[in-house]
Amino acid sequence: MFELIGIPPQALFGQLLLGLINGSFYALLSLGLAVIFGMLNVINFAHGALYMLGAFVAWFLLQYLGLGYWWALVLSPVAVGAVGIVIEKTMLQRLYKLDHLYGLLFTFGLALILEGIFKHFYGVSGQSYTTPDLFKGGTNLGFMFLPYYRGWVVVLSIAVCAATWYAIEKTRLGSYLRAATENPRLVQSFGINVPVMITLTYGFGVALAGLAGVMAAPIYSVNPLMGSNLIIVVFAVVVIGGMGSIFGAVVSGYLLGLLEGLTKVFMPEAANIVVFVIMVVVLLLRPAGLFGRER
Amino acid sequence: MSVKYSTTPSGTVTGRFSGRASLIIGAILIVALLAAPYVLYPAFVMKALCFALFACAFNLVLGFVGLLSFGHAAFFGAAAYATGYSAKFFGLTPELSILFGGLVGGVFGFVFGWVAIRRQGIYFAMITLALSQMVFFLALQVTGITGGEDGLQGVPRGELFGLISLDEPLVMYYFVVAVFLICFAFIWRVVNSPFGAVLKSIRENEPRAISLGYNVDRFKLIAFTLSAALTGVAGGTKALTVQLASLTDVQWQMSGEVILMTLLGGVGTLVGPAVGATLVVSLENFLATSGLPVTTVIGVIFVVCVLVFRRGIVGEFNAFLGRRKH
Repeated sequence: MFELIGIPPQALFGQLLLGLINGSFYALLSLGLAVIFGMLNVINFAHGALYMLGAFVAWFLLQYLGLGYWWALVLSPVAVGAVGIVIEKTMLQRLYKLDHLYGLLFTFGLALILEGIFKHFYGVSGQSYTTPDLFKGGTNLGFMFLPYYRGWVVVLSIAVCAATWYAIEKTRLGSYLRAATENPRLVQSFGINVPVMITLTYGFGVALAGLAGVMAAPIYSVNPLMGSNLIIVVFAVVVIGGMGSIFGAVVSGYLLGLLEGLTKVFMPEAANIVVFVIMVVVLLLRPAGLFGRER
Repeated sequence: MSVKYSTTPSGTVTGRFSGRASLIIGAILIVALLAAPYVLYPAFVMKALCFALFACAFNLVLGFVGLLSFGHAAFFGAAAYATGYSAKFFGLTPELSILFGGLVGGVFGFVFGWVAIRRQGIYFAMITLALSQMVFFLALQVTGITGGEDGLQGVPRGELFGLISLDEPLVMYYFVVAVFLICFAFIWRVVNSPFGAVLKSIRENEPRAISLGYNVDRFKLIAFTLSAALTGVAGGTKALTVQLASLTDVQWQMSGEVILMTLLGGVGTLVGPAVGATLVVSLENFLATSGLPVTTVIGVIFVVCVLVFRRGIVGEFNAFLGRRKH
């Protein structure tokens, strides 16, 4: 059947897997953006830069402390989250009472600072990060070759997304969070410390970006620009999914990754822009996004 | 942006100056512009003027309608390519190729606006950013027109009206000054027209403008298209000035840069963006040889502006004058 449309199955499934990998990162990043936006009403432009920071922290840990992938998987998100908390506490907090666009501009400036620093010290060529021993090699599934590490990335990202969704939609803490998103003043009057919750939410959101960075390190090279190219696509993903729902952010992340993979097979020259084209179509048909609601 | 601007309630954006005072200041500035090439490098002033026009055009939507566009690089870059290509391969004279650039910028602006105006605030910013990234990838791929990574090189400056050669640096300089002044006067006219008053009312209170019977989306679209067309003129002029149109012009960093120029000079003031553009261009000139990371410095200025200096230089100045008067 595949010979009929002139595409060998290896190429098709290979690209689909690549799409799924990209989708995993889109999902993790847009999840973080959605969580942050829900609570802070800020679009975190620095998300891409913090993803890059996460990857670099992993590389530092290996290079200077000899701590491997598994340590990085825990320590790097914690470090990035801590950076996020400091940023929120010292600077971002002052902007909530202003127009939301200032939050966007502030985080944009932050992204430039981070990117500029790393570009200054490490250039743009990128550092390589070896795949952890456990996931070296791969297996032949008959229709395609699956490197273990890529399988792990997909599984881990789905698990993290599902856990986050569960924590926000089904637990007591999540219900506070959702309530504070709807009406922070009311929730505060019930004795819940909303400012602390906001700080922790930002920390958690950017920790997700840091985690994505660690996961990306063995696949892509660790370089200062890895985040800025990604974040714009993730913005488009977020517009397509609609900011209202965690579920929407995650699902549209995976879907668009897959779609991008498919485009690479059938129309390689359009692969870079397919997400943006879909964004335009969705905006024309459903301005609030696929899963979103006007607010 | 529902920000407290430094404009007076009556809406005269020239600030707290009396009519005569602003005339005098304007006259001094024009004389300074005419004398500048004898003091500074003409190439530098020309570049600053192109970016000043770019920032003023951008401010037309951010400062006077309250729309934050993160996609103006697309208009700037597309127009630079259009002007460069038409001057090089169609043999258009400079004034026509720049007009063509403005037209291309305007068409892009109309399409962007038509798509993006469906959403507001942060979404508007993200959508324009995504659309401009699409234009960037197109520019990367359509190498036949854009020259891809190399850019469109060796753009001829040509002869103004087919008569006056612009290869002479001073002639080119006064041509750029003329383009800037004409466009700036046009922006001034738009801002101080009944149309401009409607734009400001949208910025201050959109629901109220709607309830007064204005078709807000149409006003936004017209303003956005105008801004994009003027940005196109700036991009085209820049392409002739440096004789190059490249991917840098169309990259999203350029959109960020023009936001910074506007913010630094003063959002919603007429001359602020020009001041901001001059400062940023000078700073980049200085940093280029200093070995400091340019991006980081720009980012720091961005953060400082947003945190403590939201009115910008001209905005602060106006506020200072206002305080003294009371």
